[in-house]
Amino acid sequence: MSEAIRFLAPRQDVLSRRAAIVADLADLLPIECLVQDARGLAPFETDAFVSYRRVPLAVALPETTAQVAAVLKYCHRFNVPVVPRGAGTSLSGGAIPQEDAVVLCLSKMARILELDYANRTATLQAGVTNLRISEAAAIDGFFYAPDPSSQLACTIGGNIGMNSGGAHCLKYGVTTNNLLGVKMVLVDGTVIELGGKHLDAAGYDLLGLVCGSEGQLGVVTEATVRLIAKPEGARPVLFGFDTCEQAGACVTDIIASGIIPVAIEFMDKPAIEICEAFAKAGYPLDVGALLIVEVEGSEAEMDAVLDSIVEIAGRHAVKTVRQCQSPTEAALIWKGRKSAFGATGRIADYICMDGTVPLGKLSHVLNRTAEIVESYGLRVANVFHAGDGNMHPLILFNANDPEDAARAEAAGNDILKLCVDVGGCLTGEHGVGIEKRDLMRHQYSAIDLAQQMAVRAAFDEKWLLNPSKVFPLDGRT
Amino acid sequence: MQTSFTPEQLEDPQVAESEKILRRCVHCGFCTATCPTYVTLGNELDSPRGRIYLIKEMLENGRPADEETVTHIDRCLSCLACVTTCPSGVDYMHLVDHARVHIENTYRRPLSERLIRSLLANILPYPARFRVALQLARLGRPLAAVFAKVPALAPLAAMLRLAPAKQRGSSTFHPEPEPGSRTGPKTGRVAILTGCAQSVLDPGINAATRRLLARFGVDVVAPPSGEGCCGALVHHMGREEEALGFARRNIDAWIGEIDGAGLDAILVTTSGCGTTLKDYGHMLRLDPLYADKAARVSALAKDITEYLSTLDLPVLESRRLSVAYHSACSLQHGQKITTLPKLLLKAAGFTVRDPAEGHLCCGSAGTYNILQPEISAQLKARKVANIEATRADVIAAGNLGCITQIATGTKIPILHTVELLDWAYGGPKPAGLDSLRGKDKAGPVAAAKI
Repeated sequence: MSEAIRFLAPRQDVLSRRAAIVADLADLLPIECLVQDARGLAPFETDAFVSYRRVPLAVALPETTAQVAAVLKYCHRFNVPVVPRGAGTSLSGGAIPQEDAVVLCLSKMARILELDYANRTATLQAGVTNLRISEAAAIDGFFYAPDPSSQLACTIGGNIGMNSGGAHCLKYGVTTNNLLGVKMVLVDGTVIELGGKHLDAAGYDLLGLVCGSEGQLGVVTEATVRLIAKPEGARPVLFGFDTCEQAGACVTDIIASGIIPVAIEFMDKPAIEICEAFAKAGYPLDVGALLIVEVEGSEAEMDAVLDSIVEIAGRHAVKTVRQCQSPTEAALIWKGRKSAFGATGRIADYICMDGTVPLGKLSHVLNRTAEIVESYGLRVANVFHAGDGNMHPLILFNANDPEDAARAEAAGNDILKLCVDVGGCLTGEHGVGIEKRDLMRHQYSAIDLAQQMAVRAAFDEKWLLNPSKVFPLDGRT
Repeated sequence: MQTSFTPEQLEDPQVAESEKILRRCVHCGFCTATCPTYVTLGNELDSPRGRIYLIKEMLENGRPADEETVTHIDRCLSCLACVTTCPSGVDYMHLVDHARVHIENTYRRPLSERLIRSLLANILPYPARFRVALQLARLGRPLAAVFAKVPALAPLAAMLRLAPAKQRGSSTFHPEPEPGSRTGPKTGRVAILTGCAQSVLDPGINAATRRLLARFGVDVVAPPSGEGCCGALVHHMGREEEALGFARRNIDAWIGEIDGAGLDAILVTTSGCGTTLKDYGHMLRLDPLYADKAARVSALAKDITEYLSTLDLPVLESRRLSVAYHSACSLQHGQKITTLPKLLLKAAGFTVRDPAEGHLCCGSAGTYNILQPEISAQLKARKVANIEATRADVIAAGNLGCITQIATGTKIPILHTVELLDWAYGGPKPAGLDSLRGKDKAGPVAAAKI
């Protein structure tokens, strides 16, 4: 287990009252909605950022907003930290608990409450998985646009917490651009509603504040999101290049020409090999870099846009252009891309970085990333959302070798700092969590951070909600 | 995922294998989404990722199994949907097998559980005993409601309710070919697993298989003496020595045929057994006397639809009958056979419909519907609702466990895929289809197609 990132020291007074707290929670929840056994708590000690682990005090699995409110009210009154959790798929450690915290896991609240096509909205409990929204609306020709790679498993509540993105966000925007309203429980148990089915609400944009607040402003229990009509057709096309520079320059030119494809995904050679071995999607193995460009619309529209993109790619010495021939093939192309992180697990442990850079810096950052990782004696695979400059270097290492793990973390920090230094930012879509918390100073001045913390404190004066995350531990106000 | 085993622990080949499996897991959580128990219960501990964690802790610490861990491992259906989903290639099947053996060896279950498990392990794999037990169960059926009220006896109630009032199917009474009585030129020579429960509950399935194969020139050898239960039932209870005993017995029975006149395949018509037969090579890999023979048997094991797909059966005229194809977990996840049965049904003229959420288990899962009746009932209701939404005339499945389970939840007739194929290619009309007058004739179907 890594130790470079510190957690808040557990509150001894909370730990010493553990038995009483668990007994009180048992009064608030049905028996199957509380995990208190030491063996049962261990599997909740981490999420998909598995380098860091802390066994929580207890896990609450509420079935209703009222139960969420009751647990929060209790924890607020007795100063017990609370870590909200959806499906535990965070790559930045957003759902990793701490020893003195109650995990508030919304996985049992997984009902789709309403599909309202007249208003193009879906209303969901927070534990509904991202993909289920699109699956439920598919039969009527609609979908929910943000599509994180973990969309099969991640929950809409978690998406809101992290303002998640995905491959198709280049055209449709990230979670905040597709979220219309939430029901949320404040730290003291008060239930509030923000937004609704309309595009904008009167007064401050509190919904915008909540989206991406990493579970620190309250716990979302229901969400209303925008549905979009499915396009007539969609086609992913593979563009293979000899070098990453050529592929990177091509992306820049496509965007600069005014074309906005639905997605432009980038894979370097190691990533291509990993994904092809898993998905057998027909990715070309004789190229140094691959772009998956998806266009959509009518046949004529797709042809026209593709012609322009092919022409641009030609200027960058594109080596292979392959249009997919069937829906099955298209599905495989996306399956390979969306499984990239997990499939990497077949060859090594990895940490997945998430930084965003200005498009013009793409090639530079890719080159520097390779140099940085090599300087630590490690390997890297790059598979990311190139269209919006959202980099995801996967740094490969051996988790059973503590020194290797430390090197991987150090390399990751260097890469994220590089993203900031070229004018980008620390996160694209995974959030800050625990992983990037101590790098926040590299992005923000003390005054910037103080302002953000003031907002946080306005919602949660006692810093009980997900307290070890987002803001560096020293210098908190 | 990081693991911490000592070099001494890793000297145990089982532990060494599990360690390798655990190292593959990156804790991404994708598996949770397709796990029937997680989808039903919404608790990480009832998901593959949660179970992997519980198993990891138990094995790393080398400690006896505890109640919490056992509760959540017991709730696993072994449907292996997680294996299909896992992008990292975590071999959950062999990890949970190991965990079940560890539980069986280190954990003392409450008396009622021990009795039920012992009852199942000592009756189901033995056709003669099972036949007697079924007669008794029919008599004892009225007691089910009483037993259901006592939690410890709920499995007994489930057992009584599952016992069919009469034997399924009537195709037993149709003439079936003597072994070796094929028509036409010989195209192959195969054995068919007789097995255990299926031979008692529905011998018509294998009868239909023999008729169909004979019609296409395949010689079916008489079941060699000693062949019987594949061992899956006890294997999934962690009773490893018993399971290996069944496996060795079957291997001994078949190896004579294989080394003698030769076999092109050992066919399995109950896909749950097929998954296990195909795993004999792995189960006995550490047995120097059997490792090689077991691997040869596993290599020959084929699901009936895999084998039929090699025979190039003629494409028949379409008929009006629509078939909802229920994909048994042991076929789709255990053996990765997904499209072959549907292609066969289509070629035979049926209109095939795919129920939604086809990846989710029906809750049968071997003895699961007896040992975990509540979760099983929820999964059955969900499965039946998805199947009925297809408005199909008949349901086809490749596993008797699923057939028995789903039949107790719907009025739509349910048959083994091979029974429909046998009928389409000239065999007798399967029992249970009498209500579908007019739809069973071949003919133009444009209007009936969807």
